[in-house]
Amino acid sequence: MTTSLALPPALALIAAGLLIPFLNGAARTAVLLVAPVVAMWLVWQVPDGVQLTASWMGYQLEIVRGDKLARLFATVFTIMAFAGGLYSLNQSSSFELGSAYAYAGGAVGVAFAGDLITVFVFWEIMAVASTMVVWSGGRRATGSGLRYAAIHMFGGVLLMAGITGEIHNTGSIAFQVMDTSTPARWLILAGFLINAGAPPFSAWLPDAYPAASWSGMVFLSAFTTKTAVYVLLRGFPGTELLIYVGLYMVFYGIVYAILENDMRRILAYSIVNQVGFMVTGIGIGGQMALNGAAAHAFTHIIYKALLLMSAGSVLLMTGKNKCTDLGGLFRTMPFTMVMGVVGALAISSFPLTSGFISKSMISQGAADGHLAFVWFMRAAASAGVFLHAGIKFPWFVFFQKDSGLRPPEPPWNMRAGMLLMAAFCIGLGVWPGPLYDLLPYPVDYLPYTASHVVYQLQLLLFSGLAFFIMLGLLKRTETITLDFDWIYRKPNGWITRGMNDELERGWSRLMDRADSALASVQSGIYRIHGPDGIFGRSWPTGQMAFWATLMLGAYVLLSYYA
Amino acid sequence: MDKDQRKPAGDDHWLVRPSTIRALWIGSSILLAVLVLLDLVVEHHPHFGIDGTFGFGAWFGFLSCVVLVLFAKGLGLILKRPDTYYDN
Repeated sequence: MTTSLALPPALALIAAGLLIPFLNGAARTAVLLVAPVVAMWLVWQVPDGVQLTASWMGYQLEIVRGDKLARLFATVFTIMAFAGGLYSLNQSSSFELGSAYAYAGGAVGVAFAGDLITVFVFWEIMAVASTMVVWSGGRRATGSGLRYAAIHMFGGVLLMAGITGEIHNTGSIAFQVMDTSTPARWLILAGFLINAGAPPFSAWLPDAYPAASWSGMVFLSAFTTKTAVYVLLRGFPGTELLIYVGLYMVFYGIVYAILENDMRRILAYSIVNQVGFMVTGIGIGGQMALNGAAAHAFTHIIYKALLLMSAGSVLLMTGKNKCTDLGGLFRTMPFTMVMGVVGALAISSFPLTSGFISKSMISQGAADGHLAFVWFMRAAASAGVFLHAGIKFPWFVFFQKDSGLRPPEPPWNMRAGMLLMAAFCIGLGVWPGPLYDLLPYPVDYLPYTASHVVYQLQLLLFSGLAFFIMLGLLKRTETITLDFDWIYRKPNGWITRGMNDELERGWSRLMDRADSALASVQSGIYRIHGPDGIFGRSWPTGQMAFWATLMLGAYVLLSYYA
Repeated sequence: MDKDQRKPAGDDHWLVRPSTIRALWIGSSILLAVLVLLDLVVEHHPHFGIDGTFGFGAWFGFLSCVVLVLFAKGLGLILKRPDTYYDN
């Protein structure tokens, strides 16, 4: 075991996450605010190259490996943890906040992971911790959380199977650029894409995230999908399939958000839409588009958190989340409204906001690659973003009709969290230089040309005109829109009959299934590594899988201290 | 930006008065017209040809939104359900 680090950055957040549930009052506030700052400081202490290794079952794990891409994502993850913690100081559930911090730590851990096994361990820490965040949303979240856990376990199984196959094929656990030449790599790609919200599994996101509490969804919006973007950037840049997967996600998000009534589900669909832009960029490949995808992940985390903080404030102060119940809140929540509008302008890529300086780099990458179809689709989708998120969210929540609701502004800490993120949205839009310096490749791009600004304003403001002309068609109804998840959610359906009604039975069946799936993967590894060791043959395979995963996780965490 | 085009009854916050809304529509219309006319003076560097047509951002953005909304409405006819659909 070698290390040149004071402390791995992920540990600061995971340790805080384990501590927070046992704290109250000022101590809890202090940990919530200090841990992310410490983590960010540690992120910037990680030099390039492998900094922390450990050996496990004959493999050399690279637990911390630094480079520009890793620091970029880890930086925004810690910014997010700080802003989310500040916003959530008045969240009574310490369990939710602890889970959220461990979840953020898992994301930082993935960003610095130099090998596939370390990726998997932190990937699963994120899956478990984020499920806890969803479940902290209360009784309403039970079913959604179960489905969320099931999909992510499935994704984890695909990933583990792929990693096992990759080790078998190459003898190496290195996490590096992969082509799609073997079934094992297809499995890894599929595991990554499930977390990105790619089809046909996009529905887990709008199902689970809006079931979380007013603060929980702020955290959830940031880490899982953007960690997926990170591993795709690292592992599969320039994979052409991703262009089309990304375009599907872009339009899926827009169309479903147009039909949606729940304000936070609108924003959830919009996450799929935005991640689609990034996935397209990764598929295009080349330094411009990859820089753009990385920059867009950075700016997206911030403006989406701001939008969800604004929506979370409305939910906390009114108890309502449907557009049909809301409207006219600008009268008594002007600050929350302005913050929501700043987030909406940023997600729409208005000039002088962060979205403008990041998303346009991906389009430039498409233009440089002479990908006309991709470029025009992305332009149409950019117009659609303003339609479904940029105007629709603030309009139906804060303006529209007078709902008669007169809620006050949220507490100071929530306003401060929003203000911080809004400052980033505008600051990065006005001074993109510092962000461009953090990107993995040198940036040779000028966002602010007269041509680009005029084009973008035309595109967006005429989308706005289209919105108000078609307002009658966009009137909200108390409906949801069916998705592929109908297959496993269908009332009295044939796959998980009674999962919603008989949670107990559904849960145990789910665990059995996950256990046996995990066990079959684990037994594959087991065969490769021989029959000796602490996981003796007399153990039931299901139990063995569980303990092996647990011990691996504990080992990685403990090795930090060495 | 247009703030409201319907008037809520019995509310006289200045932002929702009919006179304000009319002013917003007029102001927005002028802004939109100016934006399109700027294409006369701003030199664009089209990548593919059609993106260099007069007012490309304006007409392409507008048409894209119309198509997206109509497509969504069509899909909604098939896939929309009451929001209590999964509750039972």
